[in-house]
Amino acid sequence: MKISVLLSEKKREIAKTWFDLIVETYPQDTANFLKTQKNRFGNPVGHTISEGIEVVLEELSGEMDFARISKYLDNIIRIRAIQDFTPSQAVGFIFLLKKVIREELFNEIHANHLFDELLVIESKIDQLANISFDMYIACREKIYKLKANELRNRTSRILKMSNMFKEAEVEEKDTAGF
Amino acid sequence: MAIKPKPNELLSAINYAPPQKQWMDNPVEFKKGYYCYGAKPKNLEYIGFPNGREWNSADQDWKLVDNWKEIFLEGMENLLKKFRSFRLFMDICVRCGACADKCHFFIGTGDPKNMPVLRAELLRSIYRRYFTVAGKLGKIAGARDLTEDVFKEIWYYYYQCTECRRCSVFCPYGIDQAEITMMGRELINLLGCCTDWISGPLANCYRTGNHLGLQPHTIKSNFDYMLDDLEEHTGVRVEPTFNRKGAEILFVTPSADFFAEPGVFTCMGYLLLFHYLGLDYTWSTYASEGGNFGFFTSNEMMKRLNSKIYAESKRLGVKWILGGECGHMWRVLHQYMDTMNGPADHLEAPVSPFTGTKFENAKSTKMVHISEFTADLIKHGKLKLDKSRNDNLNVTFHDSCNTSRGMGIFEEPRYIINSVCNHFHEMPDSTTRENTFCCGSGSGLNAGEIEELRMLGGLPRANAVKYVKEKHGVNMLSCICAIDRAVLPPLIDYWMPDVGVCGVSELLGNALIMPGEKERENNLRGEPLPGMEEKGEEE
Amino acid sequence: MGMIFSLIAVIVLVAVAFVGTQLHLSGLFGVAIPYLAFLVFIAGFVRKVIKWGQSPVPFHIPTTCGQQKSLPWIKQSKLDNPSTTLQVIGRMALEVLLFRSLFRNIKTHRTDGGPVYGSNKWLWLGGLAFHVTFFVVFIRHLRFFTEPVPAWVNMLDAVDGFVQVGVPHMLITGVVLLAAATYLLLRRIFNSQVQYISLAADYFPLFLIIGIALTGILMRYFIKVDIVKVKELTMGLATFKATVPDGIGSIFFIHLFLISVLFAYFPFSKLMHLAGVFMSPTRNLANNSRAVRHINPWNPKVHLHTYEEYEDEFREVMKSEGIPVEKE
Repeated sequence: MKISVLLSEKKREIAKTWFDLIVETYPQDTANFLKTQKNRFGNPVGHTISEGIEVVLEELSGEMDFARISKYLDNIIRIRAIQDFTPSQAVGFIFLLKKVIREELFNEIHANHLFDELLVIESKIDQLANISFDMYIACREKIYKLKANELRNRTSRILKMSNMFKEAEVEEKDTAGF
Repeated sequence: MAIKPKPNELLSAINYAPPQKQWMDNPVEFKKGYYCYGAKPKNLEYIGFPNGREWNSADQDWKLVDNWKEIFLEGMENLLKKFRSFRLFMDICVRCGACADKCHFFIGTGDPKNMPVLRAELLRSIYRRYFTVAGKLGKIAGARDLTEDVFKEIWYYYYQCTECRRCSVFCPYGIDQAEITMMGRELINLLGCCTDWISGPLANCYRTGNHLGLQPHTIKSNFDYMLDDLEEHTGVRVEPTFNRKGAEILFVTPSADFFAEPGVFTCMGYLLLFHYLGLDYTWSTYASEGGNFGFFTSNEMMKRLNSKIYAESKRLGVKWILGGECGHMWRVLHQYMDTMNGPADHLEAPVSPFTGTKFENAKSTKMVHISEFTADLIKHGKLKLDKSRNDNLNVTFHDSCNTSRGMGIFEEPRYIINSVCNHFHEMPDSTTRENTFCCGSGSGLNAGEIEELRMLGGLPRANAVKYVKEKHGVNMLSCICAIDRAVLPPLIDYWMPDVGVCGVSELLGNALIMPGEKERENNLRGEPLPGMEEKGEEE
Repeated sequence: MGMIFSLIAVIVLVAVAFVGTQLHLSGLFGVAIPYLAFLVFIAGFVRKVIKWGQSPVPFHIPTTCGQQKSLPWIKQSKLDNPSTTLQVIGRMALEVLLFRSLFRNIKTHRTDGGPVYGSNKWLWLGGLAFHVTFFVVFIRHLRFFTEPVPAWVNMLDAVDGFVQVGVPHMLITGVVLLAAATYLLLRRIFNSQVQYISLAADYFPLFLIIGIALTGILMRYFIKVDIVKVKELTMGLATFKATVPDGIGSIFFIHLFLISVLFAYFPFSKLMHLAGVFMSPTRNLANNSRAVRHINPWNPKVHLHTYEEYEDEFREVMKSEGIPVEKE
């Protein structure tokens, strides 16, 4: 028996437990909402998380297609990066998967002496955590870039113009809006 | 079993939630990226707002005036007497929860105090305590004392509401959180606690007529620069006029359309359309702002800023007014302007000079929406259009909250888009028209310091765009709102890059075959038109 | 907390009525309290509506939920975005009679796994069942206050008992009312979102109404009371010749007391949505604010920044750019 077979056999239970654990990283009032609403448009956060972990589990027990994993993992990180988590909290949900796998599959792993395979799987999860951290940083950088861009776009024409017509007097304003 | 780790080893980084308590027992926690900076005293002073001071919303001490509580409660009593909506909405909510998951901020942040019903309860609990008999019983009656923490909580959540009215659509009694938020903000402004982001444009707009504080010569030279671009792309020199007396029509649009991208491309669309028609119209530098941040502040401030439009139309002696693409601007024009600053007896009921259509729906206010005007022109075959110039675009349309739920302009922009584009795809039903999701940055929340909140608030919208992007290859999100044009690009950029944002009039400008135009190689953004890509490269 | 508090409150009310009848205070519970409650209801109801009416509607703020009336060739959505009084009446009728806004919740959503119905369909159904049956039960009770009983009330009774189960025939509305109220209560307890927003003021009327329905059903089918004597009492109340015949069971007085409490509580509670729904400015106004000017009775005088002040500040730069000015 291979651990990947176990993984795909118990995928449903693992996904559910992992989802619940991730959702519990939110305040409880929030968690309840994330759990109960199933609609893609009514609950994009919950939907993104459940969709993402589905894919991660699929790939973990299969080809380990990093491009595909990255895409879905990114969807989750993109949300967590702006939800007032610390960096470790934002990406730490990956490690919850280790806990879930150990707990859900412990008896089978123990009975079939699959600990070496478990180590392989766990290394893969570590890899996912690494990617996640990169993604998190990319998201944060994106936010800062957006802030800067927005400031520029708001007055882009004036900035461009003031470069063209040096004589045009542009008042400096500390507040911008429309 | 020694290998089995204790949960704590793995989870030390994760804060488990505290057990659920009554909402009143959960004090407000200011999250970074979720709240705006406080107003600077000089801006408040310029517009004559009380209690301005140097203060920081992140500080513990907000330096409120000593009698802030009396001011707040007196203000509340005053508003209850002035607004039936307020008194009624304080009284009749049954907390059925129909609105709870309709708010984009709740959907995005999951914060239960962002459920419209609970956002209203923040203020309702004060109403019960001080204005009802039962409220004297305290917490069991859903009442609580007004404390500084409670005030901060109201402040925090009333600037996490974009006044989009989506909750009001689903409420069986039509309770409108936008209305309650407006009341809350009136009270906040009595204490000088406006946000910096709103008070700056207020002061600017009061002085110069537009939010950025552009002075008349800057507006003019900015236009000249835009006209150069327009000439380069189309070969047509457009000559708009400013503050011209005797024009038939005054045109007012959000000032962002003069100087912010991608708003300027929408503005180019207007300019081309009016030039094409030979419309006898003028711009105004005095009334150079269609938007109205007073709407996010107090009814009096809204009136003060809005007054410039009628005043200018009277001074210039125009017959009627045409308004550009903007959301909250149109809510004000449609539902408030005539009441506040009318009657507009100096104007005539609007008639299209080209089709003879009488705009019966605007006969009192005398102001017509550009989409109504344009749709009528297209219907009467007055415009020569080349749809194929937009063939590189798979377009979808974002209904802006204010024009959707405070006006109901749904078919006009769609008719225009379908007349100027070959590829149009709707987003899912539950996210368009009266069900539309807000951009997450309306009602003065488009501040840079709350980028995180805006991204989360806009997530439901972005999610629907993503859906049509994946399903139909949508690459252009069109809208009729200046705030949308400013805030959707970063939103889209964060959640799913490679979808552009444009005004409907920009699409029109691309498709419009101008008399005397050169062979059009570029669209209004200076990018090659479909089929012209190679030409561009050869040059 | 609110739930337990409300439950205890209703139990106490039941106990009070029970003890009252044991102490032969049927005059108090059968006549004085009902009259008093009714007076409080009328006075409180009128006072509240007047209070609402005293606050004007300064702005024209309908929530539009469909296409506006604009160009003649664009189809207006007359009931969701009315532009005439008649259309407003239509919108209000849909709202009041069919709970149009709650109904919006049942729209299907496309998801990857086929259509999913919003869970709030149940709220609409439960809410509508509750209100309709409550209304029918209320009307049915007219038989206790009229002599002879109007034919249409008898008809209603007959229709209500169409299932013809049991003796007397089971009236379906009573059962549905109890079921719907129970659903609304369970929803408050088990739907975490709704539970979080619920106050004692939300549980109390539900418990009260469940209590009223339960005692009513008990009285009709199980712990029967002398219906002739009950009618004697109620007719006495209706004709201001109140008498309290002996030998009406306690269960009747408990029923009557809970109803009295409901009446007296009504004007001070959220139950006033009964009147409020008709006065909601986001629903009862036509979306014609650009065609007909809405008047604000307190339209404030405000300080304006006039064109003259503007030109005074910017005249020179305006002239330099060739923008026309009033004063050279």
